[in-house]
Amino acid sequence: MGLFKSIFAKVKEGLAKTRQQFIGGLRTILSGKQLSPELLDQLHARLIQADVGVKASDELIKDLRAGWERGEITTGDQALGFLKDQLGRYWPDEDRRVHFAPPGSDGKKTPTVILVCGINGAGKTTSIAKIAKSMRDEGRSVMLAACDTFRAAAVEQLEIWSGRLGVEVIKGKQGGDPAAVAFDAAEAALSRGIDVLIVDTAGRLHTQDHLMRQLTKIKSVIAKKIPGAPHEVILVLDATTGQNALNQAKAFTEATQVTGIFLAKLDGTARGGIVVAIREALNIPVKFIGVGETPDDVEPFEPAKFVEAMFAE
Amino acid sequence: MFGTLTDKFSNALRSLSGKGKISETNVREAMEQVRQALLEADVHYEVVQSFTERVQTQALGTEVLQSVKPGQQMIKIVHDELIRLMASGGAPSGEDDEAAGDEPSIMYVSPGPTVIMMCGLQGSGKTTTCGKLAAYLKKRGKSVMLAAADLQRPAAVHQLNVLADQVSTEMTGGAQVHFYSEPDKVAEYGKAVGAAVTVCRNALAAAKDKKIDVLILDTAGRLHINDQLMDELRQVNSAVGPHQVFLVIDAMTGQDAVNSARAFNDQLELDGVIITKFDSDTRGGAALSVRSITGKPIKFIGTGEKLDALEEFHPERVASRILGMGDVVSLVEKAQEQVSEEEALALQEKMAKGKMTMDDFLNQLRMIRRMGSMKSLLGMLPGVGNMLKDVNLDEKQIDRTEAIIGSMTKVERANADLLDNSRRRRIARGSGTQQQDVSQLVKGFEMVSQMSKQMAGMGMLSKVKAMAGMSPADVAALGGGRGGNPFGGARPEQNKPKFKERKKKSR
Repeated sequence: MGLFKSIFAKVKEGLAKTRQQFIGGLRTILSGKQLSPELLDQLHARLIQADVGVKASDELIKDLRAGWERGEITTGDQALGFLKDQLGRYWPDEDRRVHFAPPGSDGKKTPTVILVCGINGAGKTTSIAKIAKSMRDEGRSVMLAACDTFRAAAVEQLEIWSGRLGVEVIKGKQGGDPAAVAFDAAEAALSRGIDVLIVDTAGRLHTQDHLMRQLTKIKSVIAKKIPGAPHEVILVLDATTGQNALNQAKAFTEATQVTGIFLAKLDGTARGGIVVAIREALNIPVKFIGVGETPDDVEPFEPAKFVEAMFAE
Repeated sequence: MFGTLTDKFSNALRSLSGKGKISETNVREAMEQVRQALLEADVHYEVVQSFTERVQTQALGTEVLQSVKPGQQMIKIVHDELIRLMASGGAPSGEDDEAAGDEPSIMYVSPGPTVIMMCGLQGSGKTTTCGKLAAYLKKRGKSVMLAAADLQRPAAVHQLNVLADQVSTEMTGGAQVHFYSEPDKVAEYGKAVGAAVTVCRNALAAAKDKKIDVLILDTAGRLHINDQLMDELRQVNSAVGPHQVFLVIDAMTGQDAVNSARAFNDQLELDGVIITKFDSDTRGGAALSVRSITGKPIKFIGTGEKLDALEEFHPERVASRILGMGDVVSLVEKAQEQVSEEEALALQEKMAKGKMTMDDFLNQLRMIRRMGSMKSLLGMLPGVGNMLKDVNLDEKQIDRTEAIIGSMTKVERANADLLDNSRRRRIARGSGTQQQDVSQLVKGFEMVSQMSKQMAGMGMLSKVKAMAGMSPADVAALGGGRGGNPFGGARPEQNKPKFKERKKKSR
């Protein structure tokens, strides 16, 4: 993605030291200590507080405890290493890559379609701006489809981004049929030989069945126009979300077969541990993380760094 | 909402409620389950610890172990503690309770304008909530000015403008709704810091000038750890001196909810909290925790995308809902908001005489729809919440029912007995449905009108009981949708035994 700025640097740059206040040092808890039942309990509490969830935390600690009882893990530092290793294995490299459309049999270019969905306020539009910019910076031509015809000013919001980034946006009328906009956009992307089409959809609670069906419809309309599309279905998750994110991931996957997560707003004090639970339960990888409000604030997901940040001092 | 927490509690407590006598071990086991349920509901770790400790201490006291119905006693303790947690933030003494219980949701100052400042993280729902609050005030005869102080998120100013127009034209109430903005001050992220202070100050002057009752300031979403932006908020605070500062929190927030709430509270001295997106299936632990950590009351909850989907927060009702006791009071209030007394009386009379027509039926359907989604309404009925958890209520089926009735002639609507097979065929064609859908609607209509005749004489409570006594299959017969159910996809066969089981248990 060409944007390998470290999350720590970003955080330091944009935000004040106040962050440190919140981030109780797990390393300080663990470092130089012998592992004990109390320490394991503390670790468990820390995982819960990172929103990893009761079930996934129990699993992790169970494995850790087993290693301790076998005498393989005896110090706090080893425990931290074990957790990093364990969590790192959750997200192998190949899972985290963005899938692009293969060239057509006639050698013609097929647009890669990225469908972006999520609940209200998760950060879809900003995340789209970030994906669009990183794709554009890699030399790909990008087009946006403004399929959020529902929320007031959503189309305008995307238009402002498209203006700032200098990419084209296809839009419909406020209150119009989002699937129709998706169709028009797919057609435009095809005829203009665009590399990447990013489809913005209205925020919807995963419990609203009719809206979830609308999403399925948008997806199938795109697939009809461009075989094999959408190549990625990205669910934008707010990193501050708790265990409900699991329900969200489940419902959106049922409606659209989510292929990856954009974990937004990781620049706050939330750790986004819920992606561990989602990985465990639904096997959905994280593909991007969002760490700020400008279109540059995007990073490819790196498990080692993520785990490190989860336990950062 | 709170659905799964309710289940968990039910399971944890059911194991106790059947027992004649319980031991200390029983209590501890149940408490462990309650603890897990709360953690899975995103209640903050520290809050969970103190909550379970308090309940356990009480439960292990003589009152539970020696009471005749220990299970019931235990439920009461959990229930009371939940209310205490949400009403007073879990303060051990009772002093706080009273103040919190009856505090009005908004305190008005005289002379106006009463200034309300909204703040919160990005995406928590501030702008939408501003619109809802304006609608709430308009309904109560207060003139409102919405001021766009979010100069940072693209199109946020425009969004608030659209909402202000919508409230002004579409929502009930006589008061005026104004909109204030300075679009020329809008700038990219990080480049307009401080400009919001001027906008808010000017908005206040404009509101005074127009003699507005309530001025609502919609500020930009910001991270609680962004010193620069938090400082801007403090400056707005001291420049206009809002009478009330509300923090807007997403109901789906996890453990971090208390961190941000604490930070906003430290810097701004909050007056209350508004929890949004409560209509999702979140277990709502944020609501449980925030009060406890900040000590600030939850004023409102947002329960839908529509502008009237803002409710006052009642801890005792939510606690009851968590425990599966239902929330009939909210339901009755909602109904009262939608139906005038005369309308209700006229309909009641018709129903009592068995003279309800298809038109009345359609009106009722529409009225119910205005009250909110079917699922959220049914979830308020005692016992029904649990029954509904796997059911998909399809609002589209109601559309279909509307279409069918719409395809009837006036004469047919007034007299459903006329609907023979040939008419039903025609209606099905006209409404794009199947003839069996029409027949099912007619059957459902007959059942409702018959039931309404019986119910006409009863009081409210027995009506609810009569409704709750209906089997889901009866409910399913209500009208004509594909799948034979206006509430769609509710698989009556599967739910029936479950429902019976529940009924037995509750006796």
